[in-house]
Amino acid sequence: MGGERVVVIGVGNEYRHDDGVAVAVLAELAAGGLAVARLTLCDGEPTRLMELWDDADLAVVVDAVHSHPGEPGRIHQVDVDADHLLADPLAGEEAAAGTHGLGLGHAVALAAALAKLPRELLIIAVEGTDFSIGEGLSPAVADAVPRVVAEVRRAVHARR
Amino acid sequence: MTHRTERLLSVGALARVEGEGALHLAVRDGEVEDVRLQIYEPPRYFEALLRGRRYTEPPDLTSRICGICPVAYQMSACRAVEDACGVVVDGQLALLRRLLYCGEWIESHTLHIYLLHAPDFLRLPDALALARTDPALLQRGLRLKKAGNEIVETLGGRAIHPVNVRLGGFHRLPAHAELDHLATVLRQARTDAEDTLGWVAGFDFPPLTVRHELLALTEPDGYAIDSGTPTGAPAGSFPVRDFEQRVREHQVPHSTALHATLDGRPHLTGPLARWNLGSEGLPAEVRALAAEAGLGPRCDNPFRSIVVRAAEVLWAVTEAQRIIEGYEPPPAPAVPVRPRAGSGFGATEAPRGLLYHRYDLDEAGIVQRAVIVPPTAQNQSAIEADLRAFVQPRLHLDDAELTRRCEQAIRNYDPCISCAAHFLTLTVDRR
Repeated sequence: MGGERVVVIGVGNEYRHDDGVAVAVLAELAAGGLAVARLTLCDGEPTRLMELWDDADLAVVVDAVHSHPGEPGRIHQVDVDADHLLADPLAGEEAAAGTHGLGLGHAVALAAALAKLPRELLIIAVEGTDFSIGEGLSPAVADAVPRVVAEVRRAVHARR
Repeated sequence: MTHRTERLLSVGALARVEGEGALHLAVRDGEVEDVRLQIYEPPRYFEALLRGRRYTEPPDLTSRICGICPVAYQMSACRAVEDACGVVVDGQLALLRRLLYCGEWIESHTLHIYLLHAPDFLRLPDALALARTDPALLQRGLRLKKAGNEIVETLGGRAIHPVNVRLGGFHRLPAHAELDHLATVLRQARTDAEDTLGWVAGFDFPPLTVRHELLALTEPDGYAIDSGTPTGAPAGSFPVRDFEQRVREHQVPHSTALHATLDGRPHLTGPLARWNLGSEGLPAEVRALAAEAGLGPRCDNPFRSIVVRAAEVLWAVTEAQRIIEGYEPPPAPAVPVRPRAGSGFGATEAPRGLLYHRYDLDEAGIVQRAVIVPPTAQNQSAIEADLRAFVQPRLHLDDAELTRRCEQAIRNYDPCISCAAHFLTLTVDRR
């Protein structure tokens, strides 16, 4: 990797059904081995996210998303370009209820304001359908896990 | 100025607090008639799910109650179970526990000061606006918070829901090199903590004087965090085992978190209570810097609690430095804790206030009963009383401004609703 620092961060909660998709993805990545500086789970709290991707050349963040109307299991990839972020990417969003409710969008906006974004940030988001309390992914989201794993590996290997 | 005789102000989901809750305020003929802090986060049944578990499990299970103060839950759980088993953890192991706890205070208080509460005093909508207004300032806050994270990660094994705490001590002791690294981090943290105290001291504090019954742990020769004697003012001190006789919980219809009273009266726990009951136990240099920041031995304005938190961060940094400087590795990472039938009681000072645990064990060490009384639950009645006193002279404000001020007032207590129900949407009902 030519000394490049690559981190892979999963955001989610395995006890909220499809919110656990990143947990499943990281488990497969760890089981198969992945040569990165950091492979870790995070609750998505913005300051923790910023610490985890601090000084990274590439940060890949896997997260679950709501979409309305949605297609459970659909994968979205966003290359975050710090130079072209909207002036207020959160405009129109309701104020989040507590730091627990601050999401990845807040983390990116805060990091951009503080010049704390990694040099390259790739967000891989999976549409979920069931975020109620309980374990286990819905079938369409479970089916997406190997494809997300492959996308993370592809992004990491592209840095070699 | 409103000429309505009835007014209802309703904040449906309070922002920048931990968890989910709302505020309902009813005004009739210019008088505040009703203030209800409505906690609607679902009950979490931790006390019930602990029944039938082994005595070794409460520290790890209860740490899951909160992502902000898991160490507080671990420490109160350890103290209570160890009390039931007749074990006292002291010496370097107790100091390492305190070091871990200092990390959590630094992390939790700094998060609240910079990201949740300071924007209120600066009339900014949120921390993102603060980051854009003064990035260097917020970077200082994040650097200070990270120092706390690093302590928790080093002692606890990871930054959230630490896994290295066990009954009797730890699974693994820190290496000297790890503590040397923390000592380096803490040198910068000391400067950042002093600068933070000086910064918040310059805020404009709305006038409000409250005289609640106070409750905090006190120590004869220091500032209480991981141990101490429950002390009320004016209730006086009492043994931890008497906590449930003195602090009574009761249900109110508008909250999924139990309210509590001390000797039948609403009470306040947390930074103001700790400061008023124990600030003389702080090292002279911390007291001197706090005095420069306008904090005397007594503070009755809840809006100044942000200054107390900053002083507590400074103390936690200095205490962490002291512990690391004097560290001698103990002979083993933990002392043995064997089960026996009986009841155990434990209380420590979570960042938000006194956190009480009680466990009843059978002879095999199976939990028969668990009681957990978190600080935010205890503070609900005091928060409602303070809001009533705060709002009455400010009823001339329009709903938007009154809502903003009420939210700021609620954040004085850094309420953790996830712990208590474990937060805030405002309704003002003006009739």
